Amino acid sequence: MKGNGAEDSSPKPPPLEWKFSQVFGERAEGEEVQEVDIISAIEFDKSGDHLATGDRGGRVVLFERTDIRDHGSRKDLEKEDYPITRHPEFRYKTEFQSHEPEFDYLKSLEIEEKINKIKWCQTANGAVFLLSTNDKTIKYWKVHEKKVKKISEMNMDASEAVRHDSIASSSMTSPQKNLPNGGCSEGPYNRSSNDLSLPPGGFPSLRLPVVVTSQETSLIARCRRIYAHAHDYHINSISNNSDGETFISADDLRINLWNLEISNQSFNIVDVKPANMEDLTEVITSAEFHPTHCNMLAYSSSKGSIRLLDLRQSALCDKHFKMFEEREAPGSRSFFTEIIASISDIRFAKDGRHILSRDYMTLKLWDINMESGPVATFQVHEHLRPMLCDLYENDSIFDKFDCCLSGDGLRVATGSYSNIFRVFGCTPGSNEATTLEASKNPTRRQVQTTPKPARSLSSLARVVKRGAESPGIDANGNSCDFTTKLLHLAWHPTENSIACAAMNSLYMYYS
Amino acid sequence: MAMIDEPLYPIAILIDELKNEDIQLRLNSIRRLSTIARALGEERTRKELIPFLSENNDDDDEVLLAMAEELGVFVPYIGGVEYAHVLLPPLETLCIVEETCVRDKAVESLCRIGTQMKESDIVEWFIPLVKRLAGGEWFTARVSSCGLFHIAYPSATELFKAELRSMYGQLCQDDMPMVRRSAASNLGKFAATVEANNLKTDIMSIFEDLTRDDQDSVRLLAVEGCAALGKLLEPQDCVAHILPVIVNFSQDKSWRVRYMVANQLYELCEAVGPEPTCSDLVPAYVRLLRDNEAEVRIAAAGKVTKFCRILNPHLAIQHILPCVKELSSDSSQHVRSALASVIMGMAPVLGKDATIEELLPIFLSLLKDEFPDVRLNIISKLDQVNQQVIGIDLLSQSLLPAIVELAEDRHWRVRLAIIEYIPLLASQFGVGFFNDRLGALCMQWLEDKVFSIREAAANNLKRLAEEFGPEWAMQNIVPQLLEKISNPHYLHRMTILQSISLLAPVLGSESTCQKLLPVIITASKDRVPNIKFNVAKVLQSLIPIFDHSVVEQTVRPCLVELSEDPDVDVRYFASQAIQTCDSVMMSS
Repeated sequence: MKGNGAEDSSPKPPPLEWKFSQVFGERAEGEEVQEVDIISAIEFDKSGDHLATGDRGGRVVLFERTDIRDHGSRKDLEKEDYPITRHPEFRYKTEFQSHEPEFDYLKSLEIEEKINKIKWCQTANGAVFLLSTNDKTIKYWKVHEKKVKKISEMNMDASEAVRHDSIASSSMTSPQKNLPNGGCSEGPYNRSSNDLSLPPGGFPSLRLPVVVTSQETSLIARCRRIYAHAHDYHINSISNNSDGETFISADDLRINLWNLEISNQSFNIVDVKPANMEDLTEVITSAEFHPTHCNMLAYSSSKGSIRLLDLRQSALCDKHFKMFEEREAPGSRSFFTEIIASISDIRFAKDGRHILSRDYMTLKLWDINMESGPVATFQVHEHLRPMLCDLYENDSIFDKFDCCLSGDGLRVATGSYSNIFRVFGCTPGSNEATTLEASKNPTRRQVQTTPKPARSLSSLARVVKRGAESPGIDANGNSCDFTTKLLHLAWHPTENSIACAAMNSLYMYYS
Repeated sequence: MAMIDEPLYPIAILIDELKNEDIQLRLNSIRRLSTIARALGEERTRKELIPFLSENNDDDDEVLLAMAEELGVFVPYIGGVEYAHVLLPPLETLCIVEETCVRDKAVESLCRIGTQMKESDIVEWFIPLVKRLAGGEWFTARVSSCGLFHIAYPSATELFKAELRSMYGQLCQDDMPMVRRSAASNLGKFAATVEANNLKTDIMSIFEDLTRDDQDSVRLLAVEGCAALGKLLEPQDCVAHILPVIVNFSQDKSWRVRYMVANQLYELCEAVGPEPTCSDLVPAYVRLLRDNEAEVRIAAAGKVTKFCRILNPHLAIQHILPCVKELSSDSSQHVRSALASVIMGMAPVLGKDATIEELLPIFLSLLKDEFPDVRLNIISKLDQVNQQVIGIDLLSQSLLPAIVELAEDRHWRVRLAIIEYIPLLASQFGVGFFNDRLGALCMQWLEDKVFSIREAAANNLKRLAEEFGPEWAMQNIVPQLLEKISNPHYLHRMTILQSISLLAPVLGSESTCQKLLPVIITASKDRVPNIKFNVAKVLQSLIPIFDHSVVEQTVRPCLVELSEDPDVDVRYFASQAIQTCDSVMMSS
């Protein structure tokens, strides 16, 4: 990517060999999967030290990295290049119930608790912060370690405290006003400070509670803010701005801009709702902020286009300043063309120069300086093309697959059916295309395929199409199991490690 | 277990509750920290309570916020200013927590303490604290540090001063935008403490870096700093260094930055002085008035009058007025609305001739605006133009249709808004015009479908009576009002009762007894219980203005009758009113 495809002779990174690392929530043979346990979101934090998953039961589970946990200064760690000999290993950290099922009485609608997206926010003071969202409500969570503290000594023992309960409770029920001089305007304390003349040295018999801090810590998740009632349709994405104070939430027709500190107001910045809903032809499917430019925002649509917005231009961003769209090949149009063109996920590469998009059949990598078409297209499961009719019948064609890029931007990955996911090299000339299964033996299904450029290097020399699997894979009995789809996966931000969700299990692989 | 004397129990419990499970109790104890401190004495407060509080930094935010606030006024309880430094450690830990409001409060308290501390103590304790926070590992500490430099700097030695300046410079280039924002927003305060020669070099270069930040949110705050900095500089330096920045900002790519310039321009003009304003800032302002982003035009339009006041009329007419004309037909209703809310103020600036020739047509077109807010905004500022410049007669031709239309608008909030302005209009128009044209409207609102309107209409009658006097009210309001008491709808009858109770104090005892009281008494025989208990309430409120004889002869019998009503609510309010009767009688 960095070479900009100018020289083909540039050293290509060798294809990665993927190995199984870890699994959480592995399913035993024949075990029934509970619907609520199915993972619906995965996200690494910026440092890669934490991983979060959300599930359909509204829970968020946090994992933390175990292999580099020495408590040196963060800055040192950032500078240091870790030796690659060790791959990231994670351990379960904590979990909490983020969303509960709700009922919207005004609209007579059930609101599922399913977590649609999780985004990590800026870490502070050793506490981690994240945003989680279901269809309607976004919540801001703080998860932090609290030392277990016990109170060992007090002025009054418990029984005495009960005897004087009336005094204690009066202090709770009638908060009196403090006078500026520190006295109280009314209540029992007034008596105590007036009737007793306070000796200049104070009362020696009074003591402060003695608190014993144990080494034990407990993790506490607290919901800090709730951003609600701003979406008429289902929220499909949330994304943090690089300014560290704002984020967006996108539903089918609108994108709203929030300040993290303010939960009772948001600004609508994109509204694609037509005056007459019958004129609706296109919905927003995913949206993300540029990783470094605070003013740039990309969103994808059900028609397969990606629009880049500049928040500087105007308050309501009805006009995009760039639109990325691939012209369809003439004559290839069919009933399914529009359905499979719908983009289910977009991601900016870390460098902010490229955008990866996933539609039903392909992954596309776009250069934000080239609107006419993607710089690379990867066929994810071309063997399904003859079966689009069946996929339509059983609604699988509307499945929404995530996509992800490696931290170095050299590779991309996305999921498919039968619990497999695919990793493609996206440096020019790379023909890396690996198929992996989310199991302890990821390479079991890997079939050696001879990559051939589908679009013979015509006008766009850099456009490569490869990885078209030979249909043979169907023939050898491994035909697709549409119920086991691998929708969600995430790439570690700094290392070659992928976390992916197969139903209720979280599999981690490294290379 | 310590033995506690009986009288100390309340304080003992208060202290124990610092660690109670219930957050309300902890909060309560923290709010009473000064009481605890006085009970412990100054020395133990310093040696035990403050360290104890420093440990208590993982409590809930509400508790931490209260603690940050209490510590800010804690100097008297620890033995006075010479010990003020013992308060710094707990506040320092509060400066690092991640909740913004707690940090802000801690910084505020630190500043308050710092201003009281002796210079030598500042050097010994405060400056090291600022340096620790500024070099903090977490961004939260660095954010807080920015708000403390202006306290530390004046007391620092030359060497430390240079160090503090360079630290501030680093904070302005921090990786975290949050830190840069904090540095940008505190720059003005810090700059005010820096010596003139360093201001021109160090601070200006920091400022220039901030104005070029790639985060819009940082540049926004830099704009805010412009005016503060400008006022610190000599006029010629201001023109040399600040003016180009403002002009640049006014053409920034980000509409939010331009919006900020539009909002701040007036202050910026004050900073640079009149001459550069005319030569450089007028063109910038004109550009903002014609900005292609409506939000920017809204901000700019809202400042039109203020801006014109600092220009001479000639310049205003030549440059600003053409823009105002364009804005009056702007495509965005909010722009027109912002303009309408200030444009009346331009009349005194432009003088009579220009107002009649140029502004009047704009007023008139805004009065016909399709958007009610625009019309309302013009009407609400009518007094500005009337008294000083042109007189109401020129406008009344166009005003009346506008008012009538608003009075009958289908949105009740619009109707409500115009009602609120009726007394203002009445005072501008005078009695004659009011009787002819607006009186009927005021009566009509009493029968509006919406309660809030009826309520406002009743209140409006009172204000009119105050404006034009009781005699006028007796002639022009009361007869029509009393007619309506026979309205078949009980809610409307209730409105009349409400109006009566509001009018009575204005009209005075005699008129009330003669005209209003019989109507109230009649209403006490209403078939609807709601009316009856409202009669009781109204009578209760009017008892103070009646003569005793009237109370005894008329009011009390009526109330006694109501107190035997089959309806429980009527009985209740009647008995309440009778009690009031009794107490008034007793007291006299």
